[in-house]
Amino acid sequence: MDIYLDNSATTPLCKPAVDAMYKMMTETFGNPSSKHKPGNDAFDALKKARRRVADAIGCNTEEVYFTPSGTTANNTAIFGAARLMGRRGKRIITTSLEHPSVKEPMKRLESMGYEIVALPTNRDGKFSLSVLRSALTPGTILVSMMLVNNEIGAINPIADAAAMVKNSNCGALIHCDAVQGFGKLDIKPSKLGVDLLTVSSHKIHGPKGAGALYIKKGLHLPAYILGGGQENGMFSGTEATPAIAGFGAAAAALPSPREQLAKTKKIRDDFIGMLGENNRIFVNSPADALPYVINISIPGIPSEVLINYLSDNGIYVSAGSACKKGRRSDVLTAIGIAPQRIDSAIRISLSRFTTAEDMCALYTQLNEATKIFLR
Amino acid sequence: MKEVILVKDGELALKGLNRSTFEDKLIKNIRRRLSHLGKFHFEKAQSTISVMPENGDTDLDEAAEIIGKVFGIVGYSRAALCDKDFDTILKTAEEYLYNKLEAVRTFKVESKRSDKKFPYKSPEISREAGAYILKRHPHLKVDVHNPDLIVYIEVRDRYTFIHGNQEKGAGGMPVGTNGKGMLLISGGIDSPVAGWMMAKRGIELAAVHFASPPYTSKRAEMKVHELLRKVAQYSGRIKLYTVRFTEIQEAIRDNCPEDTFTLVMRRHMMRIASMLAEKEGCQALITGESVGQVASQTIYALGCTDKAAAYPVFRPCIGMDKTEIIEISRKIDTFDISIEPYEDCCTVFTPKHPKTKPTPELLEETEAVIDWTELLKIAAETAEIRYISLREDAE
Repeated sequence: MDIYLDNSATTPLCKPAVDAMYKMMTETFGNPSSKHKPGNDAFDALKKARRRVADAIGCNTEEVYFTPSGTTANNTAIFGAARLMGRRGKRIITTSLEHPSVKEPMKRLESMGYEIVALPTNRDGKFSLSVLRSALTPGTILVSMMLVNNEIGAINPIADAAAMVKNSNCGALIHCDAVQGFGKLDIKPSKLGVDLLTVSSHKIHGPKGAGALYIKKGLHLPAYILGGGQENGMFSGTEATPAIAGFGAAAAALPSPREQLAKTKKIRDDFIGMLGENNRIFVNSPADALPYVINISIPGIPSEVLINYLSDNGIYVSAGSACKKGRRSDVLTAIGIAPQRIDSAIRISLSRFTTAEDMCALYTQLNEATKIFLR
Repeated sequence: MKEVILVKDGELALKGLNRSTFEDKLIKNIRRRLSHLGKFHFEKAQSTISVMPENGDTDLDEAAEIIGKVFGIVGYSRAALCDKDFDTILKTAEEYLYNKLEAVRTFKVESKRSDKKFPYKSPEISREAGAYILKRHPHLKVDVHNPDLIVYIEVRDRYTFIHGNQEKGAGGMPVGTNGKGMLLISGGIDSPVAGWMMAKRGIELAAVHFASPPYTSKRAEMKVHELLRKVAQYSGRIKLYTVRFTEIQEAIRDNCPEDTFTLVMRRHMMRIASMLAEKEGCQALITGESVGQVASQTIYALGCTDKAAAYPVFRPCIGMDKTEIIEISRKIDTFDISIEPYEDCCTVFTPKHPKTKPTPELLEETEAVIDWTELLKIAAETAEIRYISLREDAE
């Protein structure tokens, strides 16, 4: 039996998502803009999906804008905010550990004359609120922070940070990349205090090809994709109704994050307990990280070798993230992990379908690997 | 209007009596390469092969692109085929090349008449056709020295061919006219280039790749398939042996001094490649080695690897700089695939300080610590076979 433990990369589709997509591809194929029955049916399906995603996020339906991916949502939020607020200032604050879909737009803005401040990461994998406080100056127009780090699972203090930004009266907009936290933590934008928030379908057992950007009511970002005016003019182009309906169904199928978190925490803690029996295996993730992400190392076995070995035995994990050869993980470096441990780091990422048995099987294989490769 | 592709086979003309054999091989190669596009009819005359589709709706754009990658062709051009009636010839030339004539400023007409019974001589044909075209494209000027477009009119025995500028062919000799070679392919930049260079000289290719799972990944093997597919565009289908090399590499690690790891490994690769070459009926091994590039490619090291090979080792990149090799890899479109970062077996258990001046005697002594025969035999016999076709969907 295959054991898939790379859920931070993508998740297998849940049945409701597949069923919803199949229906959209076979029956409800119309263009939501068409004014006949097939069009109206597709329009209804789109509406339903929007409501489901809004419920899962914890916002109003008018605040959900479907995008083709989390990357598109992040790009739109950042470039849009910069453009909208550009007259009031040029200073943008972000963190040093963002996903490339935030990092790269920031680099582009820097080349366009914006001042980008990347908050450093502490030993616990988070940015510190005191550093943010001193970085917040009157000309700050945007603060963009990821909720959960995709490599080690560290959870940033978004709500506290957002409150600090609001209290500073600098008027900056707040964006949160919540892709890794969606469905696992409460990400209700009004609770977090953010104006813009990114989620993605394929990390919650929905299909690839759909994501969403939450835009707080009353905030009018400039659009970059112009055309037929879909998604309230923000993302023109005929809606990808199968992917969006699948996204909606996956969102509706999400269990309560709180209960699921407790279950996953138990599985994680038991697994780490098992790892304690083998002194060649080290845990890199901080203790208070999201239990869905467990970063470990077996020094002496390069990440790629361990991944191949596990893959040959039907267990699928990844290196830190989609890491490039020759470049050590920034996150692991930042939290003070030694180079030899970084070179052997693997990321195990769980889903709500992961069982204690899966983790036992993984432990057995890790144990086996230490016997084979370390002599 | 019927359209054909005219293929000029250049270097073949030098081959005297063998010429016909070579031309037949070339036709066979082209026929096989074009088979998925439909049926073609071939005629050869005066160093030219006419490739004639039997169906009017055959995709000649695709056919021309494919022909551009067949070795043994100096140049080629799409041509209109028409009757040997003078008025028809003029009319066809102007109509067939209409868009090209509109797009250029200067032109000339070059005519050939192999049918000496045709009532007009070449200069007359050129003159009349030139006048006919000028009248209909008044913006044009005739330039006999450096025209933008040359309108060729070739009056042959049965038909007339009309075409514009000729495209440069891939050169070389038809694959299969110079035997067969076993290419050792790693996934780097050099080996696909080496394979391409030898195929260009008419050598048919088989290939061997050494994989060391789990130290190397499946992606590295998939990368080799993609590289060979690019080479196959020129060489034709390639039979690939993927050898499981893990046990041999582990045995080297466990039994040999670290500074000889790479050399012993290279020698074992040569031994296995030789066994497979024998099985495949090859006459040579082919590698991408370039002298001095890395420690295992010093002149001493190459001498030691040669001693382990049962066949001559062709190393067409031997005297080339990396930049020259890269230039070819870009031309044949393998560069971007080659630089994808996956471990290959050459980077597994790499010694920190490899020997750069080894001797064959020293290596033989080193290797004598265990009997490798069985390990090598198993590796060669269990190699996985896969045919790399020009198009992935054909596999």
